[in-house]
Amino acid sequence: MSTTGASASSASTDTVGMSYLDTPSRKFVTIYLPLIVFLIVLLFPFYWMAITSVKPDNELLSRTGNPFWVIAPTLAHFKKLLFNTAYPEWMWNTVLVSVVATFVSLACSVFAAYAIERLRFQGAKQIGLSIFLAYLVPPSILFIPLAAIVNQLGLFDTRWALILTYPTFLIPFSTWLLMGYFRSIPYELEECALIDGANRWQILTKIVLPLAVPGLISAGIFAFTLSWNEFIYALTFISSSEVKTVPVGVVTELVEGDVYHWGALMAGALLGSLPVAFIYSFFVEYYVSGLTGSVKE
Amino acid sequence: MILIERLQSSRNALGLLFMLPAAVLLLLFLTYPLGLGFWLGFTDTKVGRAGEWIGLENYQFLWGDAVTRLALFNTLFYTFVASVIKFGLGLWLAMLLNRNIRFKTFFRAVILLPYIVPTALSAIAFWWIYDAQFSIISWMLVKMGLIDAYIDFLGEPWNARLSVIAANIWRGIPFVAITLLAGLQTISPSYYEASAIDGASRWQQFRHVTLPLLTPIIAVVMTFSVLFTFTDFQLIYVITRGGPLNATHLMATLSFQRAISGGALGEGAAISIAMVPFLLAAIMFSYFGLQRRAWQQGGADK
Repeated sequence: MSTTGASASSASTDTVGMSYLDTPSRKFVTIYLPLIVFLIVLLFPFYWMAITSVKPDNELLSRTGNPFWVIAPTLAHFKKLLFNTAYPEWMWNTVLVSVVATFVSLACSVFAAYAIERLRFQGAKQIGLSIFLAYLVPPSILFIPLAAIVNQLGLFDTRWALILTYPTFLIPFSTWLLMGYFRSIPYELEECALIDGANRWQILTKIVLPLAVPGLISAGIFAFTLSWNEFIYALTFISSSEVKTVPVGVVTELVEGDVYHWGALMAGALLGSLPVAFIYSFFVEYYVSGLTGSVKE
Repeated sequence: MILIERLQSSRNALGLLFMLPAAVLLLLFLTYPLGLGFWLGFTDTKVGRAGEWIGLENYQFLWGDAVTRLALFNTLFYTFVASVIKFGLGLWLAMLLNRNIRFKTFFRAVILLPYIVPTALSAIAFWWIYDAQFSIISWMLVKMGLIDAYIDFLGEPWNARLSVIAANIWRGIPFVAITLLAGLQTISPSYYEASAIDGASRWQQFRHVTLPLLTPIIAVVMTFSVLFTFTDFQLIYVITRGGPLNATHLMATLSFQRAISGGALGEGAAISIAMVPFLLAAIMFSYFGLQRRAWQQGGADK
């Protein structure tokens, strides 16, 4: 039995050549056991979030019984969150800001990436490099001067403050990613179109963009999750509850004094995490290619 | 019409036009604030009051300020410890995922979850996990009989430092593992077969095949990881707000406290600008390290 299994595994696309020498038990100890430990540690906080969010308060604050399980699950925390706080508004703000910022950034990035990669105007190479450098500028050193600028423009405490500042980290990233995709499209296709009398706009919309759809999805998904998760700008530029985003709203509004409503906090954290996790689950491959593409030269 | 036709035939004009939307947004909200930040660092600007040029006074004050020094120490300690562990565990996880295993796509998809959910929200879960009275970790350790009193994770300086580092590692491992996995998948299996025929052990294969071929991507991934860790804000702000006794304040959280909560924009800007030399050093280190490696492997001179 073991020989047939071994030949099957060596015939498949095995990246480490001699692993068919491993016995099943050795493989379990050296591979599956560590993997399962990684999995448990990486997923435990989510389980803890979920189980806490359905626990009634008396179970939360009792030291007897098994804290890993819930005896009488309740939706009271979710009810409180949805009907007694501004949570639905925060959700709507987050969706609105993320979607608009993502589309604005994608539109800007498509033109910029096409110009840098294919129009090859004078200085395109330097611009490409500076786009990459812009990607390395962290929001933590920009938020103070940006707060002053947002104030001067009269955008403080509005959604526009976020919609206009999020592209500063979305455009460099998406442009860099799309440049890679555009590079992989053969030049000949564009030359054929030029000979047939197409202009640049037609080439971009009818030839390059349809071929770059996977890149657009990758950049879009990645940009959307980055905007959804953004914290420091939203914390600095927004002060009224009704324009806050979910991460900022949960952190700043659900904590009242020294009484921590852990159930509601965890319910808020869970509900705020689910949309990105849901979208991610449909586009895992695109997301991973965006992530790995973003660090490739 | 003639104008449009001329525009279309000129690469430079068309290129400029295509670059315009991105350039306007980036110049106004990235380049300009970066410059403004440098300028603010040399002024005594407060919220609602334009500041005057005071030269290096902010930096002189911060150099003598015990809290800022502590924040710098915390930031370096946090970055160093978290990055080293993230690299070690991330590389291990990447190599496990690179083996011929069942449910590979499932493992890979699930492992990225800590990275894609909002950090501020998972930080709240950690805050609850580290709670002084109801911590699940303390509960487990007590049940196992390893400790008899609940651990005060966030109330004692060194406990708090290590706790936030653990949360940062949890969040950062998926990024390191998945990007290094992409690098591992580009290494041809024939290298491993050839070295195995030559009698190389597992460790020798790792040391003399995997590591050298992976160095360029390791350099890039770890540069990103170090940059993100050094400028981290959310985890600290949510879990400890810099406490206890400023023991977990990082440069970013301190600049927020001074500039936004305290209103001293100039001083806060000076703290964030003080991070720039460290970031540049990290980028330079990886850039030059990377070039040397590319040349050693017969890569073209750039």
